[in-house]
Amino acid sequence: MLLIDDLHASIGDTEILSGLSLEVAAGEVHAVMGPNGSGKSTLAHVLAGRDPYQVTAGRVLYDGADLLAMTPEERAAAGVFLGFQHPVEIPGVANMYFLRTALNALRRARGLDEVGPVEFLAIAEEKRRLVEMDRMLMDRPVNDGFSGGEKKRNEILQMLLFEPRLAILDETDSGLDIDALRVVAAGVSSLRSPDTAAILITHHQRLLDHLVPDRVHVLAGGRIVRSGGPELAAELEAHGYAGFDTRCSRELPAPIGSGR
Amino acid sequence: MTLAARTVSAHPSEGLQLPLAGWPSDPDWLAVARRGAAAWVTANGFPSAKHEDWRYTRIDPALAIPFATDTDTGRRTATGGSWPDVSLRDLLGPGLGGIRLVVVDGHFAPELSDHGYLPSGARLDSLHDALAVAPHRLEPLWSWHSNGYPHALRALSDALATDGILIDLPTEAVVDDPIEIVLLTVPGRAPHWSHPRIVVLAGAGSKATVVETHLGVPGQPSVTNALTQVVVDDGAQVAHYVIQDENLDSFHFSSLDAHLGHSSRFSSRLLAVGGRIGRHEVHTVLHGENAEVELHGLFLTGSGQHHDNAILVDHAALGCRSHQIYKGVIDGDGHGVFNGHIVVRPGAVGTDAHQTNKNLLLSDRAEVDTRPRLEIFADDVACTHGAAVGQLDPDALFYLRSRGVPHQEARALLVSGFVQEVLDCFADGPIRQYAERLVAAHLEPIMSAGRRGTDSASDSDSDSARDVSASRSRGGTAK
Ligand SMILES: Nc1ncnc2c1ncn2[C@@H]1O[C@H](COP(=O)(O)OP(=O)(O)O)[C@@H](O)[C@H]1O
Ligand SMILES: [Mg+2]
Repeated sequence: MLLIDDLHASIGDTEILSGLSLEVAAGEVHAVMGPNGSGKSTLAHVLAGRDPYQVTAGRVLYDGADLLAMTPEERAAAGVFLGFQHPVEIPGVANMYFLRTALNALRRARGLDEVGPVEFLAIAEEKRRLVEMDRMLMDRPVNDGFSGGEKKRNEILQMLLFEPRLAILDETDSGLDIDALRVVAAGVSSLRSPDTAAILITHHQRLLDHLVPDRVHVLAGGRIVRSGGPELAAELEAHGYAGFDTRCSRELPAPIGSGR
Repeated sequence: MTLAARTVSAHPSEGLQLPLAGWPSDPDWLAVARRGAAAWVTANGFPSAKHEDWRYTRIDPALAIPFATDTDTGRRTATGGSWPDVSLRDLLGPGLGGIRLVVVDGHFAPELSDHGYLPSGARLDSLHDALAVAPHRLEPLWSWHSNGYPHALRALSDALATDGILIDLPTEAVVDDPIEIVLLTVPGRAPHWSHPRIVVLAGAGSKATVVETHLGVPGQPSVTNALTQVVVDDGAQVAHYVIQDENLDSFHFSSLDAHLGHSSRFSSRLLAVGGRIGRHEVHTVLHGENAEVELHGLFLTGSGQHHDNAILVDHAALGCRSHQIYKGVIDGDGHGVFNGHIVVRPGAVGTDAHQTNKNLLLSDRAEVDTRPRLEIFADDVACTHGAAVGQLDPDALFYLRSRGVPHQEARALLVSGFVQEVLDCFADGPIRQYAERLVAAHLEPIMSAGRRGTDSASDSDSDSARDVSASRSRGGTAK
């Protein structure tokens, strides 16, 4: 479903992703772990089409199509969803109105009929209950004044509403209490199907206890330096990322005396 | 009597010559006031860039247009054939559901107006008729600037205004429905100035809402020099709205002066979308203790447009409150100006005054000048002011697009979010709906211009990469 091949991305003159390769098949859940600043959010943003990141080499195929050639809204319509590490506040735009506008934009792009306000109310209410989000937050401006946990619930609500085929969740579990973590895990589980896939970017093993991934990858220095099964997450939890946080190559140890 | 004899000299360099005989219907005090005002203009001239308050707004192009007042009666039949090519009623639209008074080119047009219920003792009249039958009610209003005018346009109104509307509410009178005044500028004849004047005398404890809608049809340039004077007596409450939707060739100058008595409340709401050059002055004097004023403004300034907002809040009494929020959305090569001035006079102890101006620039060429000013001469006051200029938040734009909302629709959604704070202050119901419709209609071309890949879009695509600072503006993202 998703093939990332030797991806190089930079911001300004700084290269952040340096030859990242990753393949995610339909039906799979992958976890991407790595130290702070290793490029996890950059990967997520590049996949969603964020502007200032320039892809200087490599390619990304989504269902065989060139993902990088698509606008962010085209990617969304094609089923790519990014759960933001830092969801954005949009003053003056009511959450409910935003959700309906986005859902209808997606439905239009997917050739489906738009959903009217009344019908939408019922759909939104169902999702809201699933993520156990305060009803009042539906009428407030998008994420405006939401607590960290409320913002993350709102991200999961959107994921459930927009029914993506590929969900990329960027540290959706960070800073969540155990209840919220359960909500996130349940949300992702409910989308799990032979036709969908998820990439969970996370710092901790906690989420992976609720949601066992098919593969775990370690991102360090802008590339995947190690991949393994679910047991890798436990290993990382025990030993940390020591040894991964340099720009070393996967095959070769860092040259001694190179100064890096 | 020929038209020429009733026409005031066209150009300021020739001085302002009133008709020698004056207007025959003028009471003596008015004739004296008119001559005094005309003399003031001749002596002081018109505002130019040298005047601090007019630094950014040129009125020269408007001065090329005659100050003609082509009637001495101030009364003519609007539908009686003067404007055969225009169906004026169609222009007016559906109305707000209450009383609607129509003023065409500065003159009351009874045939187009809809009267409604008024509490007993309340008077609603054309200013022309009121000058004839109740001149004592109006005489004080012609002497507000007896110590000198702030600028020539106010003086011109004193010199030349012959018609408009008087709303005179006795003590405790309550008018529930908004009183709508539509001021229409009609092209098709020689371009000219009009000087409509609206006077609202709100007796103690009375309550009313007044909505001024300034409309024009596309065509020749015209100049509106509108003056509204509001006296809010002790304990009275007046909500005032200006919807400025003039045609894009025209010049619009409006001044709203409000004097507030003890424990009175006044609110001014402005929505400006029209005109080539628009200047909207609001001048409020809080001279009774415990008075409260709210000033909210929204200007949508498109390519080729210039909107200047000049505000003076004068705290002259104990314990008064004022609250201002003005927002501007400027697109293309439009130019917005916010000149907000708060004065807290000696003795105005306990004043609570707040002022905010936020502006959103939608294009590289859009410009805004914002000058919030605070002058405090009293102790124990709580005053804040601030201004911000920014562009659409690139993070928010990306967030929306990542949810599938197309680029231009996402921009429109962010702009509507930005303006919502001001629209929320418009009264629920027909007034808010009218304002929202107008805003939507004016944002649509801004957004579709972007969609066609003309100015807005090329600018917007670089939004995210570029620093938010703009010429003569403070940085930051407008929220
Ligand atoms: N917009 C940006 N401008 C400059 N540097 C950035 C920007 N975004 C990320 N970086 C840098 O890129 C590196 C990777 O960041 P990020 O992808 O956010 O890491 P992670 O999500 O793994 O913590 C960091 O060194 C960060 O400082
Ligand atoms: Mg991150």
